[in-house]
Amino acid sequence: MSILVIAEHDNASLKPATLSTITAALAIGPGVDVLVAGASCAGVAAAAASVPGVSKVLLADNAVYANQLPESVAALVVECGSYTHILTAATTTGKNFLPRVAALLDVAQISDIIAVKSSDTFVRPIYAGNALATVQSSDAVKVITVRTTAFAEAASAGNAAPVETLAIVKEQSLSTFAGQQLSVSERPELTAASIIVSGGRGMQSGENFKLIEKVADKLGAAIGASRAAVDAGFVPNDMQVGQTGKIVAPELYIAVGISGAIQHLAGMKDSKVIVAINKDAEAPIFQVADYGLVDDLFKVLPELAEKL
Amino acid sequence: MKILVAVKRVVDANVKVRVKADNSGVELANAKMAINPFCEIAVEEAIRIKEKGQADEVIVVSIGEKACQEQIRTALALGADRGIHVETEDGLQPLAVAKLLRAIVQREHIDLVLVGKLSIDTDNNQVGQMLAAISGMPQGTFACGVEVQDGKLKVVREIDGGEQTVLLTLPAVVSTDLRLNEPRYASLPNIMKAKKKPIDTVTPTDLGVDVQSGLRTVSVEAPPVRTAGIKVGSVDELIARLKTEAKVI
Repeated sequence: MSILVIAEHDNASLKPATLSTITAALAIGPGVDVLVAGASCAGVAAAAASVPGVSKVLLADNAVYANQLPESVAALVVECGSYTHILTAATTTGKNFLPRVAALLDVAQISDIIAVKSSDTFVRPIYAGNALATVQSSDAVKVITVRTTAFAEAASAGNAAPVETLAIVKEQSLSTFAGQQLSVSERPELTAASIIVSGGRGMQSGENFKLIEKVADKLGAAIGASRAAVDAGFVPNDMQVGQTGKIVAPELYIAVGISGAIQHLAGMKDSKVIVAINKDAEAPIFQVADYGLVDDLFKVLPELAEKL
Repeated sequence: MKILVAVKRVVDANVKVRVKADNSGVELANAKMAINPFCEIAVEEAIRIKEKGQADEVIVVSIGEKACQEQIRTALALGADRGIHVETEDGLQPLAVAKLLRAIVQREHIDLVLVGKLSIDTDNNQVGQMLAAISGMPQGTFACGVEVQDGKLKVVREIDGGEQTVLLTLPAVVSTDLRLNEPRYASLPNIMKAKKKPIDTVTPTDLGVDVQSGLRTVSVEAPPVRTAGIKVGSVDELIARLKTEAKVI
C-alpha cells in the first residue's frame, strides 16, 4: 500500500484541511506521502514534513502551479509516483482537480468520504446527507476526496520527513488564471471556526446582519448564512452553509432566523452543540437544536451581544 | 458555436428520501422526479448564450432509462433545440457518464459543454471534470459567471473564500453553481412546441463505450438521528446553559 495526500495551501501556509486529510489517509494505512504543488511554497512543504505519520514530502515548486489550475495539477499528480491511494480535501480546490486525476487514471473517484472501513471500503453521504452509502472499490488506485469535518486534524509538529523536489513542470495552454477576489475578514474561516453564528431569511436584510456581527465579535465566531439568505441577496455566497455551500461542524452553531430546510441541515447537523433562535416555534430547526429559543431575533440578538 | 447540455433525472429537491428497509438504496418508487437543479441552471445558461447570438444550436442529452426523456422534453420546452437520449440502466458511475458524453461531443463537434456541478442524489461532483480530462479540454467548474469573449470563455468560479476568474480555450467544459442564473419557467406554447422537437435515442454500445465501474455500493443506511433538545425561556438561561452545561463558551 502506498498513499499520497495532495496538500491544500495558499503557497504560504498549509491549510488545516490537509491535516484532516492526513488523518483519513493514516486510517487507510501507515506511511503517507504528501505532494505540495505550488509556487514559492517551500514553507508549506516544511510544514507538511513536520506532520507525524508523513514519510516523505514531494515538492513541485513552479509558477505553473501557483493558482492550482486543475489542467496542470492533475497532469502532475498522475506522474508523481505509483500510489494505491490518492487523497485530497473535499474543498473547492480538491473537488476541482481530483476528478481529473481519477479520469486520467481511468478509475472511479470516491467523493467526500466521512469514514474509512478498510483500505477499499469507505462511507460517504448521498442525498445531502439523508443517507450514508458504504462503497467498495476494486480499482487499482483509489482516488478519494475527504470531508474534512469528519476527521480530526493531525498534529502539526513532531516529525521531520524528507522533502524531495520534483522537477515535473506541466505547462498547458488550455486555461489561464485571470484574477481572484477573496473576501477579507478578521474573522475565522467558516470551515475552521469553532463557533459559527448564521443568519437566515428571518434576518430580512443584509443590513441586519450587523446584529449577528456584534454577537460573533463577542464570541470570536465566524458568520454563516442559509441559502435563503444568500438567494435573497442579503450576503455573498461564500457565507452559505448547507449542501450547496459549505459543510461545517463547529463546537457551537447558532442558527438565527433559519427555518431549517433539509439542504441547510445537511451542512451543519454534525455541529457539536446547536442553538436555534426563531420566532416560529414550529420551525424544523428546533428538531435538531440542543437549545431552542422561541423569540424575536431583533430582540434576542442585541441582548445576546450585550450579555455575552 | 454548438452547445451540449447534460441533464440528469433525479428525485425532486423537495422530497425527503427514506432509506429502503433492506439497505439496498433509497426508496424512489412513486417519488416525484425532476431535472437536477444544477442541470436546469446549465440549460438556462445555454439558452441565454444562444439568445445573445453566440450559439447556433443547443443540444440536450440525458443518460438513463426511458423515463429520462421527460427531463429532455422539459429542457426542450425551456428552449433547447433537440435531444439525445442515451438509453441505459440508471445509476451509471460518473466516469461512464463522462465517456458517453465524450463520444457525443466528438460525434456532434461540440464547442461548449454545460453540466451541473453535482447531482443532488449521488452528490459526486465529478462528471464535468472527468469529461474535460479525458477529452483534453479545460474546465470552468462551479461557475457563477460565463462570458464568450473573442473565441475564448471567461468563467468566474465560486471558490472557498471568494471568486476566481479563468480564461479557457474552446472547446471547454463548464459546471454550473447556484448563483449563475435563475432558470425560467416553460410557457405553454413552448411546452407544445417541444413535443415536436426531435429526440435521438442511442445506446452505450452505439457510442462504443464500456460503462462498467470498479465501484460498488455495499449498503445504504440512514444517518444517525439528532434529537431535539430543550427550549430555553430567556437569553440569560441560554447563556448560562451554554457556559455551564454545554461548556462551549
